[in-house]
Amino acid sequence: MARYDRAITVFSPDGHLFQVEYALEAVRKGTLAVGVRGKDCVVLGVEKKAAAKLQDPRTMRKIHMLDEHVCLAFAGLTADARVLVNKARVECQSHRLTLDEPASVEHITRYVAGVQQKYTQSGGVRPFGISTLIVGFDADGVPKLYQTDPSGTFSAWKANATGRNSKTVREWLEKNYEEAEGDDAVTLAVKALLEVVEAGGKNIDVAVMTKEGLNFVKQEKLEEIIKAVEAEAEEKKKTGGASGSA
Amino acid sequence: LLRARGCSARRRHAIMSSAECCFGAAFKDFVLVAADKSQIFSIIVQKTDEDKVSVIDDDKLLACVGPTGDRENFTGYVGKNLALYKFRNGMKLSTRAAGNFIRSELATALRKGPYQVNMLLGGCDEGVGPELYWFDYLAAMHKVKYAAHGYAANFCLSLLDKHYREDMSVDEAMDLMDMCFAQIRNRLVVSPPNFLVKIVDKDGCRLLAHRDERTVVH
Repeated sequence: MARYDRAITVFSPDGHLFQVEYALEAVRKGTLAVGVRGKDCVVLGVEKKAAAKLQDPRTMRKIHMLDEHVCLAFAGLTADARVLVNKARVECQSHRLTLDEPASVEHITRYVAGVQQKYTQSGGVRPFGISTLIVGFDADGVPKLYQTDPSGTFSAWKANATGRNSKTVREWLEKNYEEAEGDDAVTLAVKALLEVVEAGGKNIDVAVMTKEGLNFVKQEKLEEIIKAVEAEAEEKKKTGGASGSA
Repeated sequence: LLRARGCSARRRHAIMSSAECCFGAAFKDFVLVAADKSQIFSIIVQKTDEDKVSVIDDDKLLACVGPTGDRENFTGYVGKNLALYKFRNGMKLSTRAAGNFIRSELATALRKGPYQVNMLLGGCDEGVGPELYWFDYLAAMHKVKYAAHGYAANFCLSLLDKHYREDMSVDEAMDLMDMCFAQIRNRLVVSPPNFLVKIVDKDGCRLLAHRDERTVVH
């Protein structure tokens, strides 16, 4: 009879939880996810993994709706994300059922982070190999962006990135972030993504969460935004080069 | 999601709730569902504006009569499960599927701690059209053109038998509802004073009308 009482995540002599750190490595290998908080919206952008020829790309969603007002994007193991997203969805409805009001974004984040932490302190299980970006609007109408990671910590952010090359993107955001409205926030998120992702509407997916709900940015509009961003970058290069040579 | 089970006060409530009524009919393009609005405890009228027709999905109405605890608990439970299905699968449950889910939950609880609720499910699916399902607290489910619950059923069913036509317009259907309300008020010894009617059609659910005779003054 197998016994599941042996912990997999145990402390190392110098106080590290290696399993959690390895999980963070798995996250670093996952495709990029970016979250940007605007004045009246929150934008989630993800790098789309190249779909195989025979694969239907519509079934490879990285942005998941948890409830009418909360949405999650992740970086890391897709299957682990599926499990956490499912648990979070049940928690959203359970909260609505017992309290007759939508769960706050913080409540859901706390719940997801709590689940992730539980799996670092339970027998026979390994930590989830994903970091999540949870976005949404509370009843107060203020946009929120939170991040959780495999250790179970969570915090609120104005803008953040997770997954491969996230450090570069985060540094870019630290330099260039400003609280924008509507389309400007979307442009900011796209710019952040394009720092490390190959330009092209097929490679990125962007969704905007407003008070009214979640909307995926359509392919055509995305291409437009990318063109505009690229044109702006070209302009900067030209003027930068001219002033340099003068 | 725990439920406290069984006791004699609830049995008393269940008996009293046959004074509550709900009835409805499915027409070619829409479903009308009506229910009374009285909330009674023993001999006291607590409220005359209780909404017993809950919107459990964008395109589904669940009229539910019975002890308030069971009513709110069960309709809330059904509604949240329909929402969970929507988020998990990216699409709504059909009216028929939702009906079967409801029946299945009633049946599972039946021989443990039954939900003492009598219900009508009205829904309008794309491609299928308007449908009406009748449930009773013993977990029976029937797809029907029109149906009723409570003592009022004695009057409503006769009127619906005589006057129902599938191709009625909304106004004609409301006239039929008004005929039913009139007889309930006429003939039932303790009839609920107030009713509401909700409609489901291809554009979703909405409140159609109130029919108030007497309200509790606060």
